[in-house]
Amino acid sequence: MAVSGAILFLYVVAHMVGNLKAFAGAGALDDYGVFLREFLSPVLGYGGFLWVVRVVLLLAVVLHMVAAVQLARRARKARPVSYAHRPKVQGSYAARTMRWGGVIIALFVVYHLLDLTAGVLNPNGVEGAIHANVVADFQRWYVVLAYTLAVVALGFHLRHGLFSALRSLGVASARRAAAVRGTALGVAVVITVGFLVVPFGVLFGIVR
Amino acid sequence: MSCSDYTNYSEGEPIADTRAPDGPLETRWERRRFAARLVNPANRRKLTVIVVGTGLAGGSAAATLGELGYNVLSFCYQDSPRRAHSIAAQGGINAAKNYAGDGDSVHRLFHDTVKGGDFRSRESNVHRLAQVSTQIIDQCVAQGVPFAREYGGLLDTRSFGGAQVSRTFYARGQTGQQLLLGAYQALSRQIHAGTVRMHPRTEMLDLVVDDGRARGVVVRDLVSGEVSTHLADAVVLATGGYGNVFHLSTNAKGCNTTAIWRAHKKGALFANPCYTQIHPTCIPVSGEHQSKLTLMSESLRNDGRVWVPERAGDPRAPRDIPEQERDYYLERLYPGFGNLVPRDIASRAAKTVCDAGRGVGPGGLGVYLDFAEAIERLGRDTVSARYGNLFEMYQRITDEDPYEVPMRIYPAVHYTMGGLWVDYDLRSTIPGLFVIGEANFSDHGANRLGASALMQGLADGYFVLPAVIGDYLADGPFGPVPPTAVEDAEDEVRQGIAALLAVDGDRTAESFHRELGRLMWELCGMERSEEGLRKALEQIPQLRGEFWRRVKVTGAGGQLNQELEKAGRVADFLELAELMCLDALHRTESCGGHFRVESQTAEGDARRDDDAFSYVAAWEHTGGAPVLHREHLEFTAVRPSVRSYK
Amino acid sequence: MRYTLRVWRQRGPEESGGLVDYDVDGISPDMSFLEMLDVLNERLVLDGEEPVAFDHDCREGICGMCGLMIDGVAHGPERATTTCQLHMRHFDPAEPIVVEPWRAAPFPVVRDLMVDRSALDRIVEAGGYISAPAGAAPDAHAVPIPKADADAAFTAAACIGCGACVAACPNGSPMLFTAAKATHLGLLPQGQPERLSRAEDMLTAQDDLGFGGCTQTGECTLVCPKGIPLETIATLNHDVLTAALRGR
Ligand SMILES: Cc1cc2nc3c(=O)[nH]c(=O)nc-3n(C[C@H](O)[C@H](O)[C@H](O)COP(=O)(O)OP(=O)(O)OC[C@H]3O[C@@H](n4cnc5c(N)ncnc54)[C@H](O)[C@@H]3O)c2cc1C
Ligand code: HEM
Ligand code: SF4
Ligand code: FES
Repeated sequence: MAVSGAILFLYVVAHMVGNLKAFAGAGALDDYGVFLREFLSPVLGYGGFLWVVRVVLLLAVVLHMVAAVQLARRARKARPVSYAHRPKVQGSYAARTMRWGGVIIALFVVYHLLDLTAGVLNPNGVEGAIHANVVADFQRWYVVLAYTLAVVALGFHLRHGLFSALRSLGVASARRAAAVRGTALGVAVVITVGFLVVPFGVLFGIVR
Repeated sequence: MSCSDYTNYSEGEPIADTRAPDGPLETRWERRRFAARLVNPANRRKLTVIVVGTGLAGGSAAATLGELGYNVLSFCYQDSPRRAHSIAAQGGINAAKNYAGDGDSVHRLFHDTVKGGDFRSRESNVHRLAQVSTQIIDQCVAQGVPFAREYGGLLDTRSFGGAQVSRTFYARGQTGQQLLLGAYQALSRQIHAGTVRMHPRTEMLDLVVDDGRARGVVVRDLVSGEVSTHLADAVVLATGGYGNVFHLSTNAKGCNTTAIWRAHKKGALFANPCYTQIHPTCIPVSGEHQSKLTLMSESLRNDGRVWVPERAGDPRAPRDIPEQERDYYLERLYPGFGNLVPRDIASRAAKTVCDAGRGVGPGGLGVYLDFAEAIERLGRDTVSARYGNLFEMYQRITDEDPYEVPMRIYPAVHYTMGGLWVDYDLRSTIPGLFVIGEANFSDHGANRLGASALMQGLADGYFVLPAVIGDYLADGPFGPVPPTAVEDAEDEVRQGIAALLAVDGDRTAESFHRELGRLMWELCGMERSEEGLRKALEQIPQLRGEFWRRVKVTGAGGQLNQELEKAGRVADFLELAELMCLDALHRTESCGGHFRVESQTAEGDARRDDDAFSYVAAWEHTGGAPVLHREHLEFTAVRPSVRSYK
Repeated sequence: MRYTLRVWRQRGPEESGGLVDYDVDGISPDMSFLEMLDVLNERLVLDGEEPVAFDHDCREGICGMCGLMIDGVAHGPERATTTCQLHMRHFDPAEPIVVEPWRAAPFPVVRDLMVDRSALDRIVEAGGYISAPAGAAPDAHAVPIPKADADAAFTAAACIGCGACVAACPNGSPMLFTAAKATHLGLLPQGQPERLSRAEDMLTAQDDLGFGGCTQTGECTLVCPKGIPLETIATLNHDVLTAALRGR
């Protein structure tokens, strides 16, 4: 769980940073898209690198989901009779939304791929015109809303995921506990904000 | 079930410990260990030992015997061996390590323990205890017991219960817990290795004696209710103390006398049953519903000052009573030791002021333990660092803040020095029946020093019993037990259960327990008088009669039935109580925890009578009037003296 | 005061159970929760009904025998408190109190509110000890232990084995319990030789017993009467991972 999560996390960070190129003007994002496809092309062919990334990502997503499903099933088996009376759980909000959060993010990714990768659901939908597609998207408030919900869900997911992963990998000793908590929260916030500036940038006309 | 007039006991043959070697005290244990026969390691597997109880004594014994290769069966009534009552001990464990470099030694610990026991214990046993004490600490540290340490990484010690040296090792306020977890983990390792088979939630209800030897136990599975027998070559009882005869005590709810009482009825002599220890600093009773009393560590008396209002029935809040209208009675009566006088003296003084109507809190059964002066002198932070967790516990229970309002404390029954009689090898008078820990009468005489019970339990279990049990087992295996012996024992148990269920009366077992406890506390508690004890000896049989006419036990025997468990224990307490009162009546001196009003000095201090009572009173059960066997006590190394704390 | 209780009654592990309503009268705020149940039980016995079975012993928060799910919270609404140390002053007589047993597949109900927690013993038996036969120990001062390590080991060692962590965990995982033991022994020099195998063996035992897997939701520490910190879990994971990497 922690390992596949870590791969996805690295992707998310890279992706967020890449998105920020939208602020550098229309050409930057498109060029970046081309760069990604040309990267290592002598070895892998045009777009080959991207496919490697896609395969790794797909594997990570599958592993991540399989692990999640297994945990959920074990949990159900470990408590065949549930409590008649059970108030809201006491622990952190992030921790108890992991499963639903994961599902929301997965659904979002499907939509998102159809939208910006395949262009099927995109109002512009021109391949290679990444910047234009993005701008076309986020002029509609409901698209922004959908992205916002997903990104916020991702933020929660990351906050607990990071915290838990650090624990599972045994990084957090008792002494570094507070630091781990802080780091997980900080990174989650940075990523959430980092993703959200693009749609809101478009919505408020900063990115054209 | 009824006994004839208990006051008519008769005198039997004197009894003696025949197993301690003669000669110099210092080398007795070494010589005994050397003389004890050993069992060949290959033969140990063929020998089965039953250990009843998984407290410090039983847990450590079962683990060690398993490690040695014996086939061990272990029993406890809780759902896990880790929950034995030893877990609740707070203060610490003594050992003559002299790590503090303050002049402690084996001899000094020996001396203090004999003196603390008011010269009613056996010198050879106490000396061995002091010797073994140092090994206990080594053993526990090796097991990972997280004792308190100093910044240099060495073990910290403190002085405890009036000792002048710092020899008490501790793990915050949870020493018993940490020591027990050490023993439990060692036991778990043996269970995993297959040398010990553990039977939790199983209660011993009788001893199987065949051909004069203890050969097994009849038990009831507390979950299924099934009665069955386990056989062995030797039986070790480590079932703890019987303080719950008083109903309210600091003991866990399940603590009972059943195992040792039934062994007593099968022939084991019961020694000094009247020796009980009353702890001065417990949280007072708050009402009729009270189910147990909570101990507050004695260390509180290091900084708290004990007082009551001058005037009886003073209705004012404690903070409104001016200094000159308070009576700091311990400081007044015992200027030498003040608030730090030994447990029995502090307890009795509290009772005296409360009897005079000057007690505080509900029912006037409490005295103040005031930290105002300490907070002023040391600052709130220091007081909190020293006693924070105790203050918290007090506040949780009483809803009062001890930083603002003085604590209220009252004495409560805490420990029983009496128990089954054993010799130097921890053998009872039934061959093959060994008794260890609080269940035996052994090493504390008429009064136990603070932090010495844990020491004794672990000494018995880790070191003494494993070293000497081989001497008995070397004659084994003892061959099969005839089925009739097993059937007879089981039948007796089944009949006892059926009898309890058959009464179907109109009072709960709990209500009888409460009544017995009140009676014992009044008449056989902190102060005992001939008149009171005679009254008790009249009332107890009546109460017992009423119990057997009116007790109501719901459910059946063949199921989990907590009412049945309780009723069985109360039935045994109702019998033991009578022997306690008889023992207290016959011992007309005051000594240690046993205070006879008739035997006191002009100042109200206890007066011992060494000429008449320098003996262990070991009682034989007959079904009628008991028989007293005396074990004379000899003091060669410590000269009996009068305790004085003025 | 008078309270309404909704108590889980179940005659045995194989039988089905349900919540039964009881009114208990004459309850004082100074009573503990278990003393309140004592009052109910005495009345039931006198009425010829079988009393409610529940586990308890020390009644001072140290033996770990008691443990009830009170209004859906393990050991009830007060933090860092065992059921036996919980007092009725914290309850509003106007609200019914729902009392259920710990629920987890490895903790089958024995009767009413009593469950079988011996699975926790199995975890310790799998490796939760330091092998130190009696009589073979070196002098206690042979190895000094830094006070900070001794204190941290103590904090973890304070676990009373009550099982509240399992009861509260949405996954039904005993990770906090197991980690507390691994941390207690793993922080001490005496515990080093068996450190990795101990962690691995206890974790394997825990999984084999049918407990759920830990996702560090932190519900456990919130109900833990001894405040065992969540960080102990990282320590356990660290040991397990190290063991795996060393190819044990
Ligand atoms: C609150 C408190 C604080 C204390 N503090 C200290 C202290 O600081 N220092 C100190 O030295 N001493 C202290 N003591 C005393 C000390 O804790 C006990 O004397 C000691 O732990 C007794 O240990 P044990 O092994 O003999 O018996 P216990 O620990 O009482 O164990 C008895 C065992 O026998 C089992 N058992 C009992 N009856 C049966 C039966 N019929 N069938 C099957 N199993 C049975 C039980 O299940 C249990 O496992 C304290 C006592 C109390 C009450
Ligand atoms: C506001 C936020 C986001 C924006 C503006 C955005 C934008 C984009 C764009 C433009 C692409 C297509 C890139 C290309 O074809 O080269 C893309 C692909 C992708 N995005 Fe996002 N994205 C956002 C958030 C997310 C989030 C939160 C996730 C997942 C958690 C995510 C996962 C992906 C994935 C998996 C791809 C496909 C990669 C591939 O296989 O090519 N995105 N995104
Ligand atoms: S970790 Fe806490 S909640 Fe879990 S068993 Fe130990 S004391 Fe109970
Ligand atoms: S009864 Fe012992 S912890 Fe509650």
